[in-house]
Amino acid sequence: MQAFAALLDALSYQPARNAKLRLIEAYLKETPDPDRGWALAALTSGLDFPAAKPALLRGFGEDKIGAELFHWSYDYVGDLAETLSLIWQADAAAGPPPTLGEVVDTLQTATRMQTPAILQRWLDSLDATGRWALLKLLTGELRVGVSAPLAKQAAANIGNQPVNAVEEIWHGLTPPYRPLFDWLLQGAPRPSSNAGGAFLPAMLANPIERAELEVLDPTHFRAEWKWDGIRVQVAASGGVKRLYSRAGEDVSAAFPDIIEAIDFEGVFDGELLVRRDETVASFNDLQQRLNRKVVTPKMLKDHPAHVRLYDVLWLEGEDLRALSFDQRRARLEAWNAEKPRARFDVSPLVIFTDWAHLAELREQMTSDGIEGLMLKRGDSAYLAGRPKGPWFKWKRDPMLVDCVLMYAQRGHGKRSSFYSDFTFGCWREAAGKRELAPVGKAYFGFTDEELRWLDKWVRDHTTNRFGPVREVAPELVLEIAFDGIARSTRHKSGLAMRFPRINRIRTDKPAAEADTIDNLLKLLGTAGVEKPAESAYVTAP
Amino acid sequence: MTDTIDPRSWLYPTPRGLYCKPGDFYIDPAVAVPRAVVTHGHGDHARPGHRAALATPETLAIMRTRFEGMPDTSQQPLKYGESVRIGGVDVELAPAGHILGSAQAVLAYKGQRIVVSGDFKRRPDPTCPPFEPIPCDVFITEATFALPVFHHPSDMGEIGKLLRSVATFPERTHLVGVYALGKCQRVIRLLRAAGWDKRIWLHGSLLALCKLYQEQGVDLGDIAHVSDAILETFRGAIVLCPPSAIADRWSRRFADPVPAVCSGWMRVRARARQSGAELPLIISDHADWSELCQTLKDVGAPKVWVTHGREEALVHMARSLGIDAEALHLAGREEEGT
Repeated sequence: MQAFAALLDALSYQPARNAKLRLIEAYLKETPDPDRGWALAALTSGLDFPAAKPALLRGFGEDKIGAELFHWSYDYVGDLAETLSLIWQADAAAGPPPTLGEVVDTLQTATRMQTPAILQRWLDSLDATGRWALLKLLTGELRVGVSAPLAKQAAANIGNQPVNAVEEIWHGLTPPYRPLFDWLLQGAPRPSSNAGGAFLPAMLANPIERAELEVLDPTHFRAEWKWDGIRVQVAASGGVKRLYSRAGEDVSAAFPDIIEAIDFEGVFDGELLVRRDETVASFNDLQQRLNRKVVTPKMLKDHPAHVRLYDVLWLEGEDLRALSFDQRRARLEAWNAEKPRARFDVSPLVIFTDWAHLAELREQMTSDGIEGLMLKRGDSAYLAGRPKGPWFKWKRDPMLVDCVLMYAQRGHGKRSSFYSDFTFGCWREAAGKRELAPVGKAYFGFTDEELRWLDKWVRDHTTNRFGPVREVAPELVLEIAFDGIARSTRHKSGLAMRFPRINRIRTDKPAAEADTIDNLLKLLGTAGVEKPAESAYVTAP
Repeated sequence: MTDTIDPRSWLYPTPRGLYCKPGDFYIDPAVAVPRAVVTHGHGDHARPGHRAALATPETLAIMRTRFEGMPDTSQQPLKYGESVRIGGVDVELAPAGHILGSAQAVLAYKGQRIVVSGDFKRRPDPTCPPFEPIPCDVFITEATFALPVFHHPSDMGEIGKLLRSVATFPERTHLVGVYALGKCQRVIRLLRAAGWDKRIWLHGSLLALCKLYQEQGVDLGDIAHVSDAILETFRGAIVLCPPSAIADRWSRRFADPVPAVCSGWMRVRARARQSGAELPLIISDHADWSELCQTLKDVGAPKVWVTHGREEALVHMARSLGIDAEALHLAGREEEGT
């Protein structure tokens, strides 16, 4: 348990990705089975202890120091597990602290009645960091800045394997993953990936611009719309049905309507959308459906989910990934024609003669539901990762507005001495006065040299400080590029930009000539309508 | 126990600070006043511009260093254990164990004794004599870390963490954020005690007070200003700086530094992350929760007034011990970076 606690402790203070990887790798190599496997499960959110819930911890704390002191302490610290770990005092008579494996084994067999006494004995035996790690583990929210893909990357690294080799077998494995470590570290054969509903690593595209297309032969490429939803994989085999994000995160629970509609065996690549009758709803509508633990019947009815299929990877027990795109496409279309389904359809190909023609089609497509075009070589096999050459994304040109820099905040990690997070606003009239309303925040788009310039500008024009945030004189115009804009109740201006970045620093432009909120509203389509306007939808081709 | 007079009749808070009426002086006032008793040299207790200031000789020396010699202040040094009568009030200064020169103001008037602790801690500090519990009728205590979550671990253990990190990352510079007065010099002494005898580098803003400590007889070993060195020298080095300098442009001269911060607040993860610390070290010059509770028992005062910090928790605890406790709200007290 102490080694695991030291790992979590170090991770929680380490902002850099590579350093986090090194910490996890060292732990996985040095820690014996089964502890390292349980730790990997904890880092990938694979463990659940239903008997150790917040109410139990709160009760412990109140018993220890009284309700008032516990309340003030929790209020100050802001984290229940941490508060309890800090007020608890180790007891030398409690015996040796438990191992991670012991914690997991014991809690899996202990009854709800037994859990409190066991937990108290462990808390007595651990130091403050150990208690914190134990309680974080039990409550299931580690919050040490490690995502499941990062933890899997670390596991792959210890065996000098590509992360995809781990991803591909991941969903067939269960903690404490002994066969995984036997393969990675002992040279045992790789565990099988044929388990039901396994995720297959997704193939990703590289961005491309109009000018770069000229060296490519248009007859080698197929084009399809890039729908503005979420890239997903539908995987069904051996009776197991799953929906994954493109990173391999299992999102099935949030989309029971999709899971229920799976009446086939196979693995498909597609775009998750909200679709009402024949129209695809905006990305905002889809966001309503994400990250929900409980999906209400009303939500299912008002925001029905749909998957628009791009590709097929497995079909009825056959791995199709080595086939060409054209061959897979033919299989996909034949499969779809056999039995059309309400929740699944096939994204149509965009037929074009040459690049100029395709550029024209791209210009004409003004719908919000489409982000741009995908270009895929007809002879491309389905390869994991982001290989250079076979697939490209040709996004719509970003929208541009001129905003005024309002606040700047220090960044993290290597950027921690730079003001690198910028909040900017546009003009509006309020009570007869012209004022700036913040419309977004951007922390990239600039070069290192521009960052140094911006950092200095912020320091030289600070008018006010709020902790790590500086308010600056409203004098610098930034040209902001973004991919979309929608109404939002979360922002003061009532607007939220998608993917905003700093395109240019406009020292040539006076701040008074920056854009107004009214200009931004025009980009919304029909402004000022509570309900999403008709123009926010696109008709499915 | 003498309860013939109401202690509030002769010592009470005012907008300028805690005021002793019969002695006509303020203790650690928030603004310049005609006559001040100053418990120690930190900025929220010692202010410039008083017409007259009474403090330990060390505290007066610190104030002269910080306030350009203080030529316009009449300075009255009072050593620990010596007593002076001011308008019928006997004033004595007793060690508080907080920083060099730090004192508790012990005030006796008409048979009643009030101790104003200032800031204090109970564990040993190689740069100042230890806190002395003085039995009294009213004890005025600080409450900076007055929550049961604050238990400062052993300071040598924390210094051990720093030295292990230096051994693990011999190529990197360890940037250690410390408060310029007290914490800086204590950390240097702790490093020396742990066997670190190499040169310790200092940010420019720490130089003057380190020099003063040396003049006061605190041996800090080999220390030097960072601007006197070339870049390569800092590989594997320990550099002390104010916590704010870690995230400032100044720190860009060090390649891939390990940011460490020494403070009692490092006990709480959110606070440690806010400070940008990769290596948080819990070293504080204030009493932690158990030291605060133990001190209330040690001084045995039937009345306790609680100032600056988390007053409500300590008032609650004192009342549960049968002490007549209340919060005393003083002007000008801010949370220190200690």
